[in-house]
Amino acid sequence: MYDWLLFLHVSCAFAMVAGELLFATVFIARARLEGWAAAASLSRLSNLGEVTVTIGSIGVLVLGIWLAIYVDGYELWDGWIVAAIVLWAIYGAAGTRSRRVISRARDGAAELSAADSNTSAVPRVLALRVLIFAAILLLLLDMIFKPGA
Amino acid sequence: MLALIRPDSWNLPLFVHVLGAMVLVGCLVCAGGALVIGWRRDSGALTWLAFRTLLLGALPGYVVMRIGAQWVYSREGFHGKLDAAWIVIGFLTADLGALLLLVTLVLTGLAARKLRAAGSGTSALGRAGGAIALVLVVAYVVAIWAMTAKPA
Repeated sequence: MYDWLLFLHVSCAFAMVAGELLFATVFIARARLEGWAAAASLSRLSNLGEVTVTIGSIGVLVLGIWLAIYVDGYELWDGWIVAAIVLWAIYGAAGTRSRRVISRARDGAAELSAADSNTSAVPRVLALRVLIFAAILLLLLDMIFKPGA
Repeated sequence: MLALIRPDSWNLPLFVHVLGAMVLVGCLVCAGGALVIGWRRDSGALTWLAFRTLLLGALPGYVVMRIGAQWVYSREGFHGKLDAAWIVIGFLTADLGALLLLVTLVLTGLAARKLRAAGSGTSALGRAGGAIALVLVVAYVVAIWAMTAKPA
């Protein structure tokens, strides 16, 4: 049971990172692929990221809590587990906000340029992407080093 | 419950190993997804994107993952004799995976170059590269199972 919980928990973490890398790749590609007329395909790639991030991020939290309850020696109120839940919440909030800005912008090329010029969507998304990857990096450090455990 | 009894000195190499593996698998999913979506349309743009993702993401990720693997292997005191099945699975997927990663990188690079010159169309090389990338993703999921479940 423990082995399967851990495998699924780690797999969900990999799926979460894969989805975020997909979003980052699409974000960079949108700027670099002008003239290729690949906007629709990039949206499909972005949808794949949406699926992997949703499954991965929910799975990693649910299975992580399950593991904390299941394993003797871990408690939900352990410092490193509380830190992980807080980091997950920061990651989730930044991810949701970032995807909202991107989906508003990807509705059309005209809207994208309007968003770029009027509300500076690109720097905001960039800042949120940095926050997302910083939270993921801290989550990984927390999971491996387990400070205070 | 290895996580509960793991010595602190294993943590840094394990962190390097897992970080590299996450970048590697994530970039393979990106590249494989782009190549599969590009099988029928926008093949040039998506093949170019997949090639860049493999070259700038998956390949460095592989190097970091493999360095971390060797580092944690030596820290854990293994010496290459009578290694457990999960270690053999890890080495097999890593080393055969390196070969397949290089093959998919070359195929995707050639396809991207051809499609850029042609301006449109699709490429069998790109499709083959996409199929190999997805095979690698499956192989690495098996490796994740071996690393976490640690079969005897």
